[in-house]
Amino acid sequence: MPKVIYVSAKGDAREVDVPVGTTVMAAALKNGIDGIVAECGGVCMCSTCHVFVDENFFDRLPPAQDTEEAVLEIAAEERQPTSRLSCQIKVTDDLDGLIVRLPERQR
Amino acid sequence: MGAGTVIVGTGQAGFQTAASLRSEGYEEPITLIGEEPHIPYQRPPLTKGFPLGQQSFESIQLRPERFYRDHRIDLLAAKRVTAIDRAERKVQLESGARLSYEKLVLAVGARNRKLAVKGAELDGVLYLRSLEEAIAVKEGLQSAQEIVVIGGGFIGLEIAAVARTLGKSVTVLEALPRLMSRVVAPIISDFFRELHASRGVKIICDATISEISGSHGKVQRVVLRDGTAFPADLVMVGVGITPNVELARDAGLGVANGVAVNEYLETDDENIFAIGDCAEHPCIFAGARVRLESVQNAADQAQRVATTIAGRRSCYRALPWFWTDQFDIKLQMAGISQGHDQIVTRGNAASRKLSVFYFKQDRLVAVDSINRPLDHMIGRKLIAGGVPLTPEQATDESVDLRALEHTVTQKRSEPTSH
Repeated sequence: MPKVIYVSAKGDAREVDVPVGTTVMAAALKNGIDGIVAECGGVCMCSTCHVFVDENFFDRLPPAQDTEEAVLEIAAEERQPTSRLSCQIKVTDDLDGLIVRLPERQR
Repeated sequence: MGAGTVIVGTGQAGFQTAASLRSEGYEEPITLIGEEPHIPYQRPPLTKGFPLGQQSFESIQLRPERFYRDHRIDLLAAKRVTAIDRAERKVQLESGARLSYEKLVLAVGARNRKLAVKGAELDGVLYLRSLEEAIAVKEGLQSAQEIVVIGGGFIGLEIAAVARTLGKSVTVLEALPRLMSRVVAPIISDFFRELHASRGVKIICDATISEISGSHGKVQRVVLRDGTAFPADLVMVGVGITPNVELARDAGLGVANGVAVNEYLETDDENIFAIGDCAEHPCIFAGARVRLESVQNAADQAQRVATTIAGRRSCYRALPWFWTDQFDIKLQMAGISQGHDQIVTRGNAASRKLSVFYFKQDRLVAVDSINRPLDHMIGRKLIAGGVPLTPEQATDESVDLRALEHTVTQKRSEPTSH
C-alpha cells in the first residue's frame, strides 16, 4: 500500500498507509492527522485541506482543475508554487512516499 | 478542573465547536451531546453522493471515532437534552441525569417543516435531513419508479437530480413562480430549470398541492388544486426547516426566527451560546438579523465560539457562502443577495459559464457563479473586504477582478505617510 508522509508546520513527520484511490485529505482525517480541517468535506468550496506538496512529487500529480486553482486563492496561509488541496489528490502506486507539508493554519 | 463546556447537538456546528476548542488549546472537559445515534457526520452528501451510492456512511463521518477519544471529547450519542437550569448551570437529559456546565453551546439545528396537506402521512412520503431519512430515501429510490419532489429549493432539486440520475421519472412541484427564488436571481433559476428539463426532469412552478392520495396507506399520486394529478410511488418533500428553539425558549432565552444571539454569538445568558441552523445573529453582510442554514455558517460560528470560550472573545463576522450540486453543475454563492437593487452578469448562460453580481445601494453584496470558480472566490474577497467595485467593472470581462482586489488590498496594508 502506498505511503503518504504528512509533515506538520512544526516539522513533525507521520507516515501513513493509504489505499490507492483514497484522497490525501480523507487519509489524514482517518489517521488523526491534525492540521487538515476539511470543512466542506472535499468538494472544493473551502481551502481548509491546503497542503504544500514536496517538489519531487508535485509534477507527478495531475494538474489542478480551475475550481481547485480558484480555491487556493483564498487559502488562510498564502499559496506557494506547490500548493494543492489535499481533497483533490488521489493516492496512486506511483505516488508512494508522497510528502505533503501542512500549513500553520487552515482558517 | 471545572465543569467545562457542554455542547448540545452533534451536527457540523456542534462537532466543530468541540474540535476547535481543542485546537485553540482549551483544556477543560468537553461534552458533546446529540439525539442521533451516530458519531457526527456531514449532511451535504445526504442529498448528493450518499443516495447515489458514491459515498458510504464511513466516508461522510466528520472524523473517525478515535478522534473523540484522542481529543478527550466525551461524545454522548442518542441522548436528548430536555431542559437547561440556568441558575444551577446544568442541563437535564431525558434519562433524568443532570450535567454541569461552565459554558453551554446550543448547536441544536432544525427539523423538517412538515407538509400540511391531506395524505402527507402516507407511506412513501419522505423527508430528508438525517442519516436515517437519507437511508430511507436511498432504499425507496431503489424500487420506486415515479418520483414527485415537493419543493424546488436546494434540497428538492438536489434529490431530483439524484433520482433522475438513477433513471427515475421525476417531477418537481414548486409553489412559487420559479426555482430557488428565495435566494437566487431569475437568470439562475432559469438556468437550473433548463438544466433539469434537458435531463428529463419535469418542473411545474406555481403549483399548489391540494392533496396526496393513495391506497392501503401507500402513496399513489399528488394532486394539484387545479386537479392535475401526478402519479407517484415516492414523494420527497423539501419545503424548508424550522429551527429547534424550544430548549432555549423554555429556559427563558430570547427567541425570534431562531435562538437570538448578539455579535459574539451569546444568548441573553453570557454563559450560553447558540450557533448554526438554530441561531439568529446580526449579520454585517446582510445588514440584518439572519438565520443561515449552511456548512460555512455552522463551522465558522463554531470556530468563533470556541475562540471566545478559550479566552479570546471576538465578534463573528465571517462572510456567508453556500453551494449546491445538481447533475454536473455546481452553483457557488458568496454573500447575501436579499435586498439587492441591481444585478449584472459576467459570462453567459449559453456558454454555461455565468456569474451574477448583486448590488445594494452601489455596494457589491453577493456573487452567484456557475462554472466560474474564480469569480466566486474573488467575489468572497471583494465582498468581505468591502472592495469598491462598480457594476460596469463586474460585467466587463476585460477587468481582472483578482488584480483589482489585490491592488486595493495591497494599498490598504501600506503604511500611510503621516
